[in-house]
Amino acid sequence: MDGDICATATTPPDSDPARKRRVHGMLKLYYGLNEEGKTVDQAESMNPCDINGTHFDPEVYLNKLRRECSLGELMDQESCMVKQIRSLDSDMQTLVYENYNKFISATDTIRKMKNDFKKMEDEMDCLSTNMAAITEFSAHISGTLQDQHAQITKLSGVHTLLRKLQFLFELPARLNKCLELQAYSQAVSSHRRARCVLQQYSHMPSFRGIQDDCHAIMDKLAQELRQKFRDGGSSAKDLSECVELLLQLDEPAEELCDKFLIHAQSRLEANLRGLEAELRPPLSSGPTSVIDPSIGPARRLSAAPTAGSPTDPTSLGNPFLSSSSRTDILEFIDRGCNEFVSSLCLVIASYQELFVNRPQEGNLASKNIPHMAIGKLHAFVDAMATCYFSLVERRIQEEKSVGDNSLLVRALDRFHRRLQAVAKLLPGSAVPSQGTEIVVRAARERIQQYLAALQSFYLDSLRDVRQALAAPRLGGSSAGGGSHLAGPATGKDAPASLPELLSSLSASILNQIKSVMASVQLFTAKDITFSNKPYFKGEFCSQGVRESLVVNFIKFVCQSSRQFCESVGDRGGSTPPALLLLLSRLCLDYETSTITYILTLTDEQFLVQVLFNHEKCVQGLIISQMLRKSVETRDWVNTIEPRNVRAVMKRVVEDTTSIDVQVSLLYEEGTRKAHSSDSSKRTFSVYSGSRQQTRYAPSYTPSAAMDTNFLSNIHKLFSERIDIFSPVEFNKVSVVTGIIKISLKTFLECVRLRTFGRYGLQQIQVDCNYLQMYLWRFVSDENLVHFLLDEIVGSTAHRCLDPAPMEQSVIEVICERG
Amino acid sequence: MEDDAPVIYGLEFQARALTSQTAESDAIRFLVGTQSLKFDNQIHIIDFDDENNIISKSVLLHQAGEIWHISASPADKAVLSTCYNKNATQLLSIFVATSESRVVTCGAVWRMPPEWESGSHESPDDPHNSHNPQNLELLCHLDNSAHGNASSVLWEPMGDGTRVISLADNHALLWDLTESSTQATISSSATLEGKGQLKFTSGKWGPHHNCTQLATANDTAIRGWDLRTMSQIYCIENAHGQLVRDLDFNPNKQYYLASCGDDCKVKFWDVRNINEPVKSLEEHSHWVWSVRYNHSHDQLVLTGSSDSRVILSNMVSISSEPFGHLVDDDDLSDGEDNHQYDKSKEPLQDSIISTYEEHEDSVYAVEWSSADPWLFASLSYDGRLVINRVPRALKYHILL
Repeated sequence: MDGDICATATTPPDSDPARKRRVHGMLKLYYGLNEEGKTVDQAESMNPCDINGTHFDPEVYLNKLRRECSLGELMDQESCMVKQIRSLDSDMQTLVYENYNKFISATDTIRKMKNDFKKMEDEMDCLSTNMAAITEFSAHISGTLQDQHAQITKLSGVHTLLRKLQFLFELPARLNKCLELQAYSQAVSSHRRARCVLQQYSHMPSFRGIQDDCHAIMDKLAQELRQKFRDGGSSAKDLSECVELLLQLDEPAEELCDKFLIHAQSRLEANLRGLEAELRPPLSSGPTSVIDPSIGPARRLSAAPTAGSPTDPTSLGNPFLSSSSRTDILEFIDRGCNEFVSSLCLVIASYQELFVNRPQEGNLASKNIPHMAIGKLHAFVDAMATCYFSLVERRIQEEKSVGDNSLLVRALDRFHRRLQAVAKLLPGSAVPSQGTEIVVRAARERIQQYLAALQSFYLDSLRDVRQALAAPRLGGSSAGGGSHLAGPATGKDAPASLPELLSSLSASILNQIKSVMASVQLFTAKDITFSNKPYFKGEFCSQGVRESLVVNFIKFVCQSSRQFCESVGDRGGSTPPALLLLLSRLCLDYETSTITYILTLTDEQFLVQVLFNHEKCVQGLIISQMLRKSVETRDWVNTIEPRNVRAVMKRVVEDTTSIDVQVSLLYEEGTRKAHSSDSSKRTFSVYSGSRQQTRYAPSYTPSAAMDTNFLSNIHKLFSERIDIFSPVEFNKVSVVTGIIKISLKTFLECVRLRTFGRYGLQQIQVDCNYLQMYLWRFVSDENLVHFLLDEIVGSTAHRCLDPAPMEQSVIEVICERG
Repeated sequence: MEDDAPVIYGLEFQARALTSQTAESDAIRFLVGTQSLKFDNQIHIIDFDDENNIISKSVLLHQAGEIWHISASPADKAVLSTCYNKNATQLLSIFVATSESRVVTCGAVWRMPPEWESGSHESPDDPHNSHNPQNLELLCHLDNSAHGNASSVLWEPMGDGTRVISLADNHALLWDLTESSTQATISSSATLEGKGQLKFTSGKWGPHHNCTQLATANDTAIRGWDLRTMSQIYCIENAHGQLVRDLDFNPNKQYYLASCGDDCKVKFWDVRNINEPVKSLEEHSHWVWSVRYNHSHDQLVLTGSSDSRVILSNMVSISSEPFGHLVDDDDLSDGEDNHQYDKSKEPLQDSIISTYEEHEDSVYAVEWSSADPWLFASLSYDGRLVINRVPRALKYHILL
């Protein structure tokens, strides 16, 4: 406090703002307005010695001063205080003066305001009276204008009516003018506007006259439109405009549809004729039978337009030129697609635009046009497509040469692809399915042709062989009669030995079959659109190719062989015995190896997609089954002491060997053998014939152009199926390893389900030892077999009531003996 | 969303019998029966504490012999049935004495001693507990010496625990348990007729049609039986290429049935059309030993195979909720799913949810918990029990 006071005193008087603040602060304090320093105040204010605090007690302060300060200090204090009091006094005086001044000026201002307001009040009164007068006047004016306003409304009504009437009166003239200018759409819209009015007032003679006039004109117009519509030359846009207008003129839609379709038909027929001209003229009849007159809703009307149809010179020019020089089938189909199919699509599109998809308005909706129109369209498209298809089929049938299948396939593909456009435009139409039918038929036919070709090839080569056989007697110069064949026949001067002939014969036949397969395979190539139709995915592969082509061919071979035998009986000795021998050998070989091979080839090429789904490693399963039965049916507790390896184990080893031989055969023949279920089944039945198979193995040269995708698929297949512990590579060893793994795993599982006696365990020991002796060489890692067999013996010991294992030496003796 | 790691529990013995305690709806509890020829067999009662991820076990002695099949009563927590081979040592003595013996598999109903629960929840490695296990109390034998080896004992689903079926060789025997399960009398039986030695490999008591249907498997065929007349109602010949190992009824669709077998396939059947399966899965690379529908969400199907894998599949398209759970479903009573479902979500595709490869030996049994629909256990031959959960993402997808 002292410091405070001193500070105040010592504050230089020239620091004005600071001083002012201090004064303000003190005033605030006096009026209790202080907020910022509240807490500080509270702490200080309790001090009775605080000269600025509320609790200031002068007595205490004085006593304190007196007690604490020396006389000098007291004197100083006193003078300081006097100085302060003085300055406070002067401050107060200044403030009072200032306040007084402000009060005076405020009083002046209030007085002045009072005068001003009085003046304003007068003006307001004046304003309100004026407003009242204005309201009155305005009401008066509107009252006066009321009548005139009504009159004006009436007049303007009359005016519009007159305008309308004028329009009506001028209508016939206007329509005529439109007719002259060929502004049909304007005419129709004008007429439509007037039509209902005329209809309504038709009891009045004048209107009646107008209506009649209009009708006459409109009839004429309709006539003209119809003429234009009938007139084929007009463009599609014109046509659609015509149809639009005619429809608006209440023309029956059905008739219009018919007419439109007839028109389209004439154009399409032109296309068809163009196509037909490219065909070799049919032997039986002339080109008049393009259009089957018994089909289509357009039949009634078709005669006239067909006869007098306007022919596009460009479209007809070509066929005349090219009728002599034959185009190939791809070109033909191309042309068919470009001309016929695309214009058909155009027709369908514009038809749908016109009749089916147009917005329904008023009375048109009730007639259910789209339904009727779609029905007509379907019938029309079907009819046209039938004609087209018959042409295409004729063309395909002409494609007799079996040489290049890819052209046909590409043509069919294009054909099929283009028909998809129709399908998209006209969902629910039978056309695409018919098209697919055609493709399927063509494929079937092609297979038949190939079969025939194969058969004739077979007969040819047989004949050559006969000649070759006969040749040695004649000198042997013409022994290589089969050298012109696709196969590597023994085209050489020396008389062919029997085995050589045999091998060349079978090799050439195989090669032929392979090439046929390759070309048939085109039908199922990935980029061909129809290859994913259900037929080509399933039936074509299994029925078409496998059954009708390959199997039939084999049947044919058998049959012809049998015929040879019969003819021998009939004519006695006309067939050289050597040929018979050769044939029988050939048949035998085919039975054992080639048929399997061909079927495998077929299977792998055509059934792969199908088979991958239910592919099973049948060998493994069969062995598993065998093992399971053998374990399950035996009473292991009461079995006798083992004297021998069980027959089942021998069978397992035998089967594994045969599988191994089979797989190695397939593996060597080319790296592309799918281990299909069929072939594997067969391998069991032909186990004894494996000697012959190996003999022919080198002739089936591996084709380098094997697609890697296929290989990877096989890889995946096997790794998924057989894999118990590790993925399998696709090679012989891995496949056999997989089979063995599965078998042994099965053995293990079965063993775990049983309880064994002492001799049961010993029998298992013997069996496992035997298996170990023979199985290790089939697998990639013999430790695996060891591991599994150990597991089996271990599990058996676990499940054994009296685990007393047999001496290893005894086991070995028994196995050796077995 | 991370999924909890599987919890693994190891038994000392080999084992192939696993069941969940059907009557227990609060605690997650599985029963495992061991297989040992040389030692006393045990039944391990395995409790799983879901929150702390802790397993606690208690062991009961099953001295009668090694356990091939185990099932728990749907009504009484303490009652269970087993199929077991007669005690090995007895068997051996007979064998030595007469050298003319057979391994006989019997069925019996047991009661757990009442004390097992009190104070027995020590940790698995408490030596005291596992060394002094209590014996099971025999209630009754399902005495079928005339009928051959029992392959499984089935309780009436959701029944009062008084009716069981035992499958013995080619007989299906329906037993009535009376006097608190201490008496068992055959009330009716059905016999499989045919060429060769026919033998039921497994069966399942259907929970539909008032529990009047039984499905059995023998060799490659699946047969349905009407329990009222004990006559065959359908027969799916060659249901699998090889032996059928297991069956399960869809708990929510009364005509649907799942089967699995040695051809590595799992097939789903509509028994109204037995000519071909509705769906067939081929994911395992060896025999499939066990197939189980989830009790609440029948799109979840669990399979266990001897390729040591357990596969959880999501078969939405043939489940009772092909488009997710619908709000207006009549059956909102199955508890836990009372949320509002977003019907606009995409229908799920059938898929493999996950493959569990914690086992190192063949998995012979898989089982859903009866208390927690999102939890399941699988048991492999080496005695390893693995408890897994449905992945959380899928769980929320199904629920929400």
